Amino acid sequence: MLVFLLALTVTFALYRMLPFGPVEMVKNHLMQQMIEQGSSPSPQQMERINMMVQTYTGIDPSKPWYVAYYDYLRNIIVYQDFGRSIFKNRPVFDILFEAMPWSLFISIYGLALGTTVSLLLGAVMAYNEGGTFDTGMTIFSIANTTVPYYIVAILSLIVFSFSLGWLPSGGRMDPNTTAGLNLPFIVGVVKHAILPVFSSFIAGFGGALAFRGNCIREMGEGYIRVARLRGISQGRIAIRYVGRNALLPVYTSIMMGIAGIFGSSIILETIFNYPAMGLVTYNALLNRDYPLIMGSFIFFTSITLLGILIADLTYGVIDPRVKGGSEREAY
Amino acid sequence: MKPTENGDAETSHADTPRRTDDESARTDGGTNSRSGSAPMDESIFTQTSNVPELTGREKARRSFERHVYAPIAVLLNDWRALVGSLILLGFVVMGVIAAAPFGIVLVEKATVMEGPIYLSPFQDWAYPLGTNVMGKSILKQVVHATPAMLEMILAGALLSVCLGTLIGTVAGYRGGRTDSALMTLTDVVLTIPGIALVIVLASIYQPESPLVVGLILGIDNWPKLARTVRSQVLSIREEAFTEASRIMGLSELHILRKDVVSNLMPYISVNFATSARKIIFESVGLYFLGILPRSNLNWGLMMNDAYNQANLTNPDQIHWLLVPMALIILISLGFILLAQGLDRVFNVRLRARHETAGGDE
Repeated sequence: MLVFLLALTVTFALYRMLPFGPVEMVKNHLMQQMIEQGSSPSPQQMERINMMVQTYTGIDPSKPWYVAYYDYLRNIIVYQDFGRSIFKNRPVFDILFEAMPWSLFISIYGLALGTTVSLLLGAVMAYNEGGTFDTGMTIFSIANTTVPYYIVAILSLIVFSFSLGWLPSGGRMDPNTTAGLNLPFIVGVVKHAILPVFSSFIAGFGGALAFRGNCIREMGEGYIRVARLRGISQGRIAIRYVGRNALLPVYTSIMMGIAGIFGSSIILETIFNYPAMGLVTYNALLNRDYPLIMGSFIFFTSITLLGILIADLTYGVIDPRVKGGSEREAY
Repeated sequence: MKPTENGDAETSHADTPRRTDDESARTDGGTNSRSGSAPMDESIFTQTSNVPELTGREKARRSFERHVYAPIAVLLNDWRALVGSLILLGFVVMGVIAAAPFGIVLVEKATVMEGPIYLSPFQDWAYPLGTNVMGKSILKQVVHATPAMLEMILAGALLSVCLGTLIGTVAGYRGGRTDSALMTLTDVVLTIPGIALVIVLASIYQPESPLVVGLILGIDNWPKLARTVRSQVLSIREEAFTEASRIMGLSELHILRKDVVSNLMPYISVNFATSARKIIFESVGLYFLGILPRSNLNWGLMMNDAYNQANLTNPDQIHWLLVPMALIILISLGFILLAQGLDRVFNVRLRARHETAGGDE
C-alpha cells in the first residue's frame, strides 16, 4: 500500500512538476499566440490564459501541486472521478472502465498461456536433457528472446490477415453481430483476439530455459534419488518434488513479467488496432489528452500492483516456508 | 622488517639492469646490503616469502595476460561470444562508416529518386538491399541510422547498469535504513509499468537526441538489476575475504570496489547486454508507433514508413519492412550471444586455463 501511494505520487509529480510538462507546454503555447497577436500579457490576460490551461489540461496552474494532488486523490477516492477527457468530452473513468476488460482478456490469456506453456516445455526439456527435443527447443527459446514480440505481431498480421485473410486485422468484435451470449458474437470476439493473444503469448513466453536449468539442478539432488528409492511414482516426483522446488526462483521473475505485459499492451493494441486500454492511451497521447493519460496511467499502475499482490499472496501456497513472517520478500 | 621492505620497493621500481646485481642478495628473503640496516638475526619473523620479484616488463606482460589476453582467448574459444562480438563489431564499423571520420564518405546519405522504385534486394549491386517507394537506397538508410541507434543503446544500457549496480551494492552493503529506503525506491519504480511510463514521458517531452531517448528508456531497466545485485552483495558481504579486508582496516570504498564489485562483474556485464537488448526493443517499438519525434533516421522509423506506405501483401515491396527487422534481430542476437559468452569469460576456472604465468594470486 505504501508502495502504491509512493508510485502514484511519483507518477503525479513526474507528470506535473518536470519542466516543460503539460501545464508549461500549453501555457507557453497560449502565451506565444498572444504575443504574436501583438498584445503583451496583462494580469487579466494571464488569468484568461490560466483558465484556458485549466480547460485544456484539467489542471489549475494557480494551485500549488500538493493541493492539486490532494484534490485529485480525494476526487478519485470519494467520487471515483478521474476528471474529464478533453478530446472525447466524457468522464475518464467511463472510458477506461469500458476498455479495461478487453485489455485484461488479452493480457491474461497471453500471460497465462505463455507461462504454462513455457513451464511445461522447460520441464520436458529438463527430462530429455541433451536430446534432440532439448536442443531444438533451446535454439527456439533463444530465437524467441531475439525477436521482439511486435515483429511477431506485424508478421503474423501480414500473413494471416493481409495475405490470407483468415483473421481480421483490427477491432475487437464483429460489427455485424449483436453483443450478448450468441455464437456468432463469441466467434467474432475469439477471432479478433487470436492474433493479439498469440503475440502477447510470445511476449510472455520465456522462462523456459530458466525453468529447465532449475529442474536439472533439482533432479540432481539427493532427496530425489531417495524418493525414487522409496518407490514414489514418477509423476508425483516430477510434479511435487522437482516441479515445485524448481518453480520458486522462476516465480519471482514471472511476477515481474506482469508489469511488463501490461505495459507492452500499448504497443500490441496499437498494432492490432484493438480498442482497449492500450489503444485508448495511445490515442490520448496523440491528442495530448492529459486527464485521460493520467487516468490510464493510474489504471496501469493499479492493475500491475493488483497482479503483484495476488502473486505475493499465492507465493505462500507454492513455498510454505515464506508464509507470513518477516522473511517474506515483497516480490 | 622495515628496512628490507624499503629496499624492495626501491629496487622493484628501478630499471632492470640495476636489479640483476642485487639478484643474488635477495634470494635469502630480501635482506640486501644496500638497505643499510644492522645485521638482523635470522628468526622466522625476518624471513619473508621467496616469491621472485617481477621486473616491470614481466609485470606488464602478466597484467596484459590477465586482463587482455586471457579474456580474449576465452572469447575466441567460445563460438557464441565470438559470433556475438563479431556481429557487434560489424555494427560499430557500420556506425563509424556512417559518421564519416576524417571526411571519408564511404556510404552517402540516401537521396530521393536515386534509383528505381521498389527494387528488390540483391538485384542491382548499386542498391544491394533494394530501394523504397521514393527510390531511396535501403542500405544507405540503414547504415546512416546506426550511429543514433548505438548512441541510444550505449546511453540507456550504461545508465541502467550503473544505477542498478550502485543502488544494489550500497543497499546491500550498508543495510539498515539506507537499505530499506533504497529498496522502497526500487519497488516504486518496479511497480510503475515501465513501458507505459516511458511512452508517456517520451510523448510529453518529445526528446530529439538519441542520447536522451536512451536515458529515458534506461529509467525502467535498473530496478531489476538493483534487486539481484543487492541479494548477491548480501551473500558476498558475509564471505571470508570481505571479512578479512574489513579486519585489515581497508576503507569501505576499497572493499566495495575490490571485493564486492569485482565479484559482481559477471552479473553486471551480462545485464549490460540484456538491458541493451531491451532498449533496442523498446526504442524501435516506440519509433515504430510514431510516438517519438522523427528527428533522425532510425530502424523503427523505417519500419513505420514501410508499414504505412508499402503494400505488405506484395512480395516485391515487403523487403522494405523486412530489412530493418532483420537488423534488429541481428543486433539483439549479437548482444545475447555476447552476454552468454561473457558469462564464461568471468568464470574464473576457465580463465585460469588461458593464463600461462598467473597462478600465484
